[in-house]
Amino acid sequence: MAHLTAPPQLLTTTLGKAMRWAQQQSMWPATFGLACCAIEMMATGTAHNDLARFGMEVFRASPRQADLMVVAGRVSQKMAPVLRQVYDQMADPKWVISMGACASTGGMFNNYALVQGVDQIVPVDVYVPGCPPGPQSLMHGILTLQDKVVSGELAR
Amino acid sequence: MMAEPTSTTDIWVSGTEAPEVSEWMVSGTDEGAQEMERHETTERSVEQRGSRVVDDWVVDDTVDDEERMIVNMGPQHPSTHGVLRLNIELEGEIVRRVKPIIGYLHTGMEKTAETLTFLQGGTNVTRMDYLAPLHNELCYSLAVEKLLGVEIPPRAQAIRVLMTELNRVSSHLVATATNGMDIGALSMMMYGFRERELVLAFFEKTTGLRMNHNYIRPGGVAADLPDGWEEDVAEILERIPRALRDYEDLLKENPIWLGRTRGVGIITADECLAYGVTGPTLRAAGVPWDLRKAQPYSGIEAYEFDVVTGSRGDVYDRYRVRIGEIHQSLRIIEQAAGAMPRGDYKTGDRKVSPPPRQRIDESMEALIHHFKIYTEGFKVPAGETYLAIEGPRGELGCYLVSDGSGAPLRMHTRAPSFSNLQALPIMMADSLVADTVACIASLDPVMGDVDR
Repeated sequence: MAHLTAPPQLLTTTLGKAMRWAQQQSMWPATFGLACCAIEMMATGTAHNDLARFGMEVFRASPRQADLMVVAGRVSQKMAPVLRQVYDQMADPKWVISMGACASTGGMFNNYALVQGVDQIVPVDVYVPGCPPGPQSLMHGILTLQDKVVSGELAR
Repeated sequence: MMAEPTSTTDIWVSGTEAPEVSEWMVSGTDEGAQEMERHETTERSVEQRGSRVVDDWVVDDTVDDEERMIVNMGPQHPSTHGVLRLNIELEGEIVRRVKPIIGYLHTGMEKTAETLTFLQGGTNVTRMDYLAPLHNELCYSLAVEKLLGVEIPPRAQAIRVLMTELNRVSSHLVATATNGMDIGALSMMMYGFRERELVLAFFEKTTGLRMNHNYIRPGGVAADLPDGWEEDVAEILERIPRALRDYEDLLKENPIWLGRTRGVGIITADECLAYGVTGPTLRAAGVPWDLRKAQPYSGIEAYEFDVVTGSRGDVYDRYRVRIGEIHQSLRIIEQAAGAMPRGDYKTGDRKVSPPPRQRIDESMEALIHHFKIYTEGFKVPAGETYLAIEGPRGELGCYLVSDGSGAPLRMHTRAPSFSNLQALPIMMADSLVADTVACIASLDPVMGDVDR
């Protein structure tokens, strides 16, 4: 009758918590490399920095398969509608990281050609500073997003 | 608006009946095609001014419309190296025509350059070709110095050569890595970026940043090489040749790699010259044209190296040329590191380069110079100049006009990626659709360089 006395192999949680945990753990980014930051984003994914440690290395070329959009680089006026379309094509739940000074504010290019901050087009969850942010900065941004998702602040 | 198809004499596709040399030289090059009045009808002028957009391709009437399909590729596509967009017309699996559509990364940098002083300009140009930031800075700085007429100390020149050649290595590593990834050799991607980190670590130590350094400035370089740079460079010189042997094992005789690259995306020397294609693409077609030899800059004529050329002008040859150029750049780096002159790393001309920190406490004059340089910038004599260097992608030129004030009146960059990209339709005509990404990757366009 050992099975009656052994502690039950059970874990109790709420549906919300379980969902947030699942959402946090495998967030697949869409490849949205635009400029210099895209190179650092690629560097983050390759062997030396190894984004795979955080379950986020599967960069999907199709927005339909992606949960996260890393806007890596300067967004020109011509690119803005494309960016919005890619965002709209992503399935819910979805998040956006604005990588680098140009994506966040227009950076040093305060002129006719650039969108002065990608948050004018899509809702941004995490801003990563830097020009370009190094792989460590991007990883920190991604971990911040994961923390916010699991704490419920950004859960969708 | 749909336009009537016009003749194709503007573009000569290899393998078709070649027009007389004198004829296509006139109609096929920029000089001919852009000429507005003499040879052109009013109709054509309207098109050239952009008032009307006309597709200049001939539609082959013998092919059924059912078999013809126009596929859009990009601007959000992982294999277009950024935000390049291509309209590809297919007949079954054969690419009949390609139209690159650019401008998705247009940043207005040439306009921004007019609002920045000559000293600030480096922060702007370094973000153009983000895989070769130091080459952009060098080209811009050399153009400014040419207008200024200042002497650059030998140590600064040697540091410039050392850093730009390291940059060429890192740029070619990325080109090879992404070329491999696009064709399916994913290990090449991991390998290339692994070695690039080595070079970038040295850049970070020297300049403070991994990319977009603003290290080479008019008058010299921003800082001296860091302590222990010899060991870092020695490590790079030791590890990269070893890594290159790994790449050779992986790719050189790999039957899949050969099948995907040999005889693919051929562009001949004549076509390269007609379209202004430079860099590894031109050299892979067999033309030993390298600005480091033809128009030496920054004292690079003192170093021994060879110009690597190919013979067939296909994707494989371009890959071989890039690997060869990494070896040659390492040769230059070794020589530059071995015979690094002592002395100043920037010019002593106090009108151009700011005084050292402690001089500001001692001398009123130094304080004034420092203040003037950082507020209104140094004045550059009125004039215009064009200066070109050999970037990793080809002839990187800077056209600079000064009106005698502290900021340029006009700055234009002759971007190698831009000129190389217009050869893409030639390269891809009548090839298979699967070869598209191989062709793009072998051209190694950087869209920041194309659109600026």
